[in-house]
Amino acid sequence: MLPMLAEAAAAAPVVHAIPLQWFLIVSVTLFAVGSAGVLARRNALTVLMSVEIMLNAVNLAFLAFAREWGNMHGHVVTFFVIAVAAAEAAIGLALILGIFRHKKSVNLDEMNALKN
Amino acid sequence: MFLASETAHAAAHVQGLLGPTIGEAHPADLLAWVILLPLIGAFINGVFGKKLSRGTVTTIGVGSVLLAFAFAAYEVIRLAGLPDGDYLVVKGWTWFDTHELNVGFSFMLDHLSAVMVLVVTGVGTLIHVFSTAYMRADEGYAKFFSYLNLFMFSMLILILGKNLVVLFVGWEGVGLCSYLLIGFWYKDMEKAEAGQKAFIANRVGDLAFLVATFILLFYTHGSVDFMSEGGVQSAVTHLQAVPDGGGDMTLLVICVLFFVAACGKSAQIPLYVWLPDAMAGPTPVSALIHAATMVTAGVYMMARMNPLFVASPTAMTIIAVIGGTTALFAATIALVQNDIKKVLAYSTVSQIGFMVLAIGVGNFTGAIFHLMTHAFFKACLFLGSGSVIHALHHEQDIRQMGGLRKKLPITNITFFVSCLAIAGIPFFAGFFSKDEILFNALTNEISGGGPNLYAGITGFIAAACTAFYMFRLYYLTFGGTYRGDQHVYDHAHEEVAMTFPLAVLGILAALGGFVGIPHLIHDAHLLEAWLSPNFGWLSAEAGGPIHYSHDMLAEVITIVVSVAIGVAGMLIARGMYNRSAELLPVAPVQASWHRVLTHKYYVDEFYDFVLVRPLRAVAQFSYKVIDVGIIDGIFVRGSAITVGLIGKGLRQLQNGDVQAYVTVLVVGLATALLFAA
Repeated sequence: MLPMLAEAAAAAPVVHAIPLQWFLIVSVTLFAVGSAGVLARRNALTVLMSVEIMLNAVNLAFLAFAREWGNMHGHVVTFFVIAVAAAEAAIGLALILGIFRHKKSVNLDEMNALKN
Repeated sequence: MFLASETAHAAAHVQGLLGPTIGEAHPADLLAWVILLPLIGAFINGVFGKKLSRGTVTTIGVGSVLLAFAFAAYEVIRLAGLPDGDYLVVKGWTWFDTHELNVGFSFMLDHLSAVMVLVVTGVGTLIHVFSTAYMRADEGYAKFFSYLNLFMFSMLILILGKNLVVLFVGWEGVGLCSYLLIGFWYKDMEKAEAGQKAFIANRVGDLAFLVATFILLFYTHGSVDFMSEGGVQSAVTHLQAVPDGGGDMTLLVICVLFFVAACGKSAQIPLYVWLPDAMAGPTPVSALIHAATMVTAGVYMMARMNPLFVASPTAMTIIAVIGGTTALFAATIALVQNDIKKVLAYSTVSQIGFMVLAIGVGNFTGAIFHLMTHAFFKACLFLGSGSVIHALHHEQDIRQMGGLRKKLPITNITFFVSCLAIAGIPFFAGFFSKDEILFNALTNEISGGGPNLYAGITGFIAAACTAFYMFRLYYLTFGGTYRGDQHVYDHAHEEVAMTFPLAVLGILAALGGFVGIPHLIHDAHLLEAWLSPNFGWLSAEAGGPIHYSHDMLAEVITIVVSVAIGVAGMLIARGMYNRSAELLPVAPVQASWHRVLTHKYYVDEFYDFVLVRPLRAVAQFSYKVIDVGIIDGIFVRGSAITVGLIGKGLRQLQNGDVQAYVTVLVVGLATALLFAA
């Protein structure tokens, strides 16, 4: 069944019900929301979550294009991004835990030990 | 050892030019050793002197020069056996060989160099012997001999150099050694400054020498050699060949510049000021460098390049005028000096003025003759003064001397003989040479111009002053009664190492003049015959530009007048100063003329005001404003401060706030994308 589907997909461009641009608009919006969160939130955990949102926005974009061109390239990249995002989240959380133990706070404004 | 001789081809080709006779070149191995021995002596004594014994230092120091003299004598004898115009050559390596200029480090011995080399090494050896006694008590004994030998080396390079560049190497070398030796007792600031003054005055001359050489290079054809085609001689011919006298100005400029160089080295106006101050050095130094050898380098250089100078009659006039003026000027200053060495120093300036005067009127033989006799009697006088100074425990003021006749007999007699020589009393050495110069000054005509009467008259007046001040010096030192500390007088004595050179020089001062018997007696002027390859071409009979007079009556009158003034000067001085202490005339120190002379015409003060102070002001300005203020302040510290300020500004960006960093990142990314699209 899988070989048949792949063949069909690669055979000819397909017209979809949902146009590509709509996916991209959603992706960009998500990215913007994520950026706003990264730049403007005080809580370190919130910033981490915003980073995840940005990553997902990127994933969405890649998948949309994969659907459009009908090949697997976008899917492959998305796999990578998901794996990296997971690893990065783990590390980030570990860092924040360490800082919390020391400073008893996750307020980013207070974390300026590297000043000057 | 050095390589083979030059070919005869080049030499023969030069014959066609109107100039000195130049024959074939012959190789001369010993000549190289004449130059090298003093260098080796200087090196050994300089580097190892402190560890060697006094005896070894002395043997090396004196022996090197003595051997050099012996070798030189041998080579000169060999030269005498060769035909006129031939010369000996040491062909060294090629120094630089460009398309336009080929300079080799070569040396030669021709008739003129022969006279110089014998005088330099001979008198030099005697002075080295003298120094063994004079400098005995000095810590820097080995250093002294090292410097003396180094000086001999440089002087020999100068007089034996085969081209202008090698001559200049020696020229600079003697200037350096003069500085080292004058300031030998450098711990005394005054003496060190005297050395510096000598070097700086010399430097002015050196600059003129270089500029003159550079201008000359435009007109030579591939070398600045004295003997080969394409050298100095060809430049003169080239410039003379320019139509309508177009080359005359250039010739004048070159000659004047070389003459300025000679003024620096030979202490003529305006660059003589270093020589009296140079008396701060040890007396053997004064004898060697500032009487017999270095100061004659300028005279030698001009004699060597006589075709160049003779080609510019205007330059010759300038030279004669300055020579005569200097002779008179210095002689008048010597009249009132009270330091035994200062009198001799001004006397030297005056006598070299005579030599320069001789060159200026075209009497090159007379100049070299006087150079030779002056070396004898002046060295004798300086060494005699050294003997006196040594005996009286470094007393140099003649007002504290007197009555030394019995105590220092050999010094006394040799000093007296040398005074007779310098005053021109017959038949001592100076009589012959000085009379020749005076006669030529009054009668020579260069390229149709008239005789330079100014030169003749100043010469005569200077001769009168010379006789007077020399015998004043003699009688105040040796005559009358002693005026100084009795204790010093009791211990005064002579030393063999000092009296031996004095005796030799005294004999030479007495008899040395007989090589130049005037033309009253036909063909008796041996020196003139010897130097005829160099100067014979100048006379009108041989087709040259100078008309030498054969007026025998004029010569007799000149001799009579000069002897008369010489004897008169001597007798007047004897009458005034050969008395016991109470009867001595008091110097009129209040008289304005006396004050002017004692202050040496205020020339040093003038130079100080016009040259030294402005230069110091410029130096201060350069230091305080330019170096410390601008370069240190603005550029060095300024750049450091600027970098600091920029850093301080940029540091504001590092506020430790991660979100700020990310903001910058995002904004930058957006901008980049905007432009990429």
